[in-house]
Amino acid sequence: MSDLIAQIVDVRKQYMMGLVLVEALRGVSLDFHRGEYITIMGPSGCGKSTLLNLLGCLDRPTSGKYILGGQDVSTMPDDELSSVRGMRIGFVFQSYNLIQQLNVLENIEVPLYYQGRPEEESREIATRLADRVGLGERLHHRPYELSGGQQQRVAVARALASDPLIILADEPTGNLDSTSGSDILNVFDELHAQGKTLIMVTHSDEVSERAQRVIRLRDGKVERDERKN
Amino acid sequence: MSAKTKAISPHALVGVASVQRFVRTVQLGIKSLWLRKLRSLLTVLGIVFGVCSVIAMLAIGEGLSFEAQEQIRRLGSNNIILRSVKPPEERRTTSERSYVVDYGLTYQDINRIKATIPSVEILVPSRNIRKDVWSGTRRIDCDIMGTVPWYEEMRNHRVERGRFFTEEELERSENVCVLGNGLPEALFPIDEAIGSKVRVDGDYYRVIGVMEPKSRQATTANSQNGGNDLSGGAGGPPPAAGAGVGAAYEMYIPLTAAKNRFGETIVERTSGSFSAERVELHEATVKVKNINDVVETWHIISDLMKANHKKVDYEIIVPLDLLRQAERTKRIFTIVLGAIAAISLLVGGIGIMNIMLATVTERTREIGIRRALGAKRKDIIMQFLVECVLLSAAGGIIGVILGLAIPQVISFFAELRTIVTFWSPFVAFSISALIGVVFGIYPAMRAADMDPVEALRHE
Repeated sequence: MSDLIAQIVDVRKQYMMGLVLVEALRGVSLDFHRGEYITIMGPSGCGKSTLLNLLGCLDRPTSGKYILGGQDVSTMPDDELSSVRGMRIGFVFQSYNLIQQLNVLENIEVPLYYQGRPEEESREIATRLADRVGLGERLHHRPYELSGGQQQRVAVARALASDPLIILADEPTGNLDSTSGSDILNVFDELHAQGKTLIMVTHSDEVSERAQRVIRLRDGKVERDERKN
Repeated sequence: MSAKTKAISPHALVGVASVQRFVRTVQLGIKSLWLRKLRSLLTVLGIVFGVCSVIAMLAIGEGLSFEAQEQIRRLGSNNIILRSVKPPEERRTTSERSYVVDYGLTYQDINRIKATIPSVEILVPSRNIRKDVWSGTRRIDCDIMGTVPWYEEMRNHRVERGRFFTEEELERSENVCVLGNGLPEALFPIDEAIGSKVRVDGDYYRVIGVMEPKSRQATTANSQNGGNDLSGGAGGPPPAAGAGVGAAYEMYIPLTAAKNRFGETIVERTSGSFSAERVELHEATVKVKNINDVVETWHIISDLMKANHKKVDYEIIVPLDLLRQAERTKRIFTIVLGAIAAISLLVGGIGIMNIMLATVTERTREIGIRRALGAKRKDIIMQFLVECVLLSAAGGIIGVILGLAIPQVISFFAELRTIVTFWSPFVAFSISALIGVVFGIYPAMRAADMDPVEALRHE
């Protein structure tokens, strides 16, 4: 368990909610290593989503450090942060978040497009990934023509497109029935087996069963961080 | 692929990649707009109407002003035209009583101008009388113009068939005549007009020629010169000649013949009263040798006439001045059109901005997704700006097409001359595209300024 790829040190996050100052994270320090399968759990309002946003470089901490792949991203300007997101992070959201006017292939290509990769190369990668998540037959379907499970599989393929350091998933099975949900979790298991690093926020104990490390948050602090072997 | 990339410098590769990316952004924009066909169409309507009305209005304006200028040019830009005008204060005194109104240009005026101003080349005096012209039992109401042989050349109004009368014929005041266009068909439906004779009062005139048609009567020319009647300018009836207005037919005879046969007093009978006018000459055209002397000559003639006429019973028309006025009017017209165009395009632009703002709000989530997947702020700006410019440019193209078609339709149905200047479609189109940029910037910035986290949470 060496090979540190991400590290947060004493991270705090405060924001104003109307007139109230909310302290979402109050000094969180965590290390993430290559190939880990981690779930973050905790009651709502514990700071899970804030932590995930920080890890995904969608937001910057109020104080503390975030080092991703050897780079300190906690003070990076917006544009650089965008490139880091595009290249180092793969997102899978609860509500799939596919772009409606694009077909399966085009959706998978979006991160590559913003990296400025040549069209033929992106097309090749997207086709391969769609095949891998079992959507090789539906390359030109648009999201509304797909079931929830299929849409989420497209989202997973999209998260893999730029071969990121970390795949972040925010309750990826929350909107799915149990069959589709376990389908997706099986895909994650496969990814884990291939050595990908996965961080997943979930409410479900069943889901966290599959992970090898469970981080529990409470009131903006790490309550428990247990590794299974 | 790799072999190929090695041959190209990395810099060039970046260039190719960014062009490729831009092309994809455009394709994506077209796709997004196409998904909302109706809305896109409604959005661009403002631009469409703006652009098409600008082009069409400019074409009509250009056509009208061309006609007017053509009309004035026909009078000759080197010419100064003097006309007899019935003085206003005596217009109403003729009722019931027999009273001869004596006014207008005289032969003396002509001689005086000839003697005083050396820069004057040719003078064309003319008399106009309205009479019935007979051929056998056919009778046509006609404007008879007594003039000189060089009328043709001066007025740029030529003989079509046969010939004009000569100086010899003028000297001997022979009874020859040249018929205005259309008159031969009316008087001699079957026979050849040239060589035949027509009768006016008791005298017979031999037809020696037929004139070409005059330029089309541009009624709009009147508005350009503050009331001077130009529609009859090229030799038609002067305002004071007879009672009739806008005669259809004209006949030309030697000035001397007109003087000898008809005299200088014109008597007109209306029910219960009659009036008479004595006019020596109705019109005289002065040709100035050098165009640069026109204005000066005009002032000299004006002074000369003022000194010798107690009443203002004449008017001086300077086509060059009219031309300049017409050009000035056209400039004003163009400015007004420009202002209207600017307003309509502004309205169109605001329409686009409004819809784009709505679109940005509606697509907040998409923006969030794109930001999460690595889109920089400038990528988002580009995306929305491209959509906006595509919209307005498409509107511009439709507008240009309509704007080119409408003048054709107008020309066809209203028989109005329209001229589409070559630059107007280009300018209108460029402005519409520019509007896309100007009014697209703000919505695009709003889109790019969204916080990714907030945007992703947006329902």
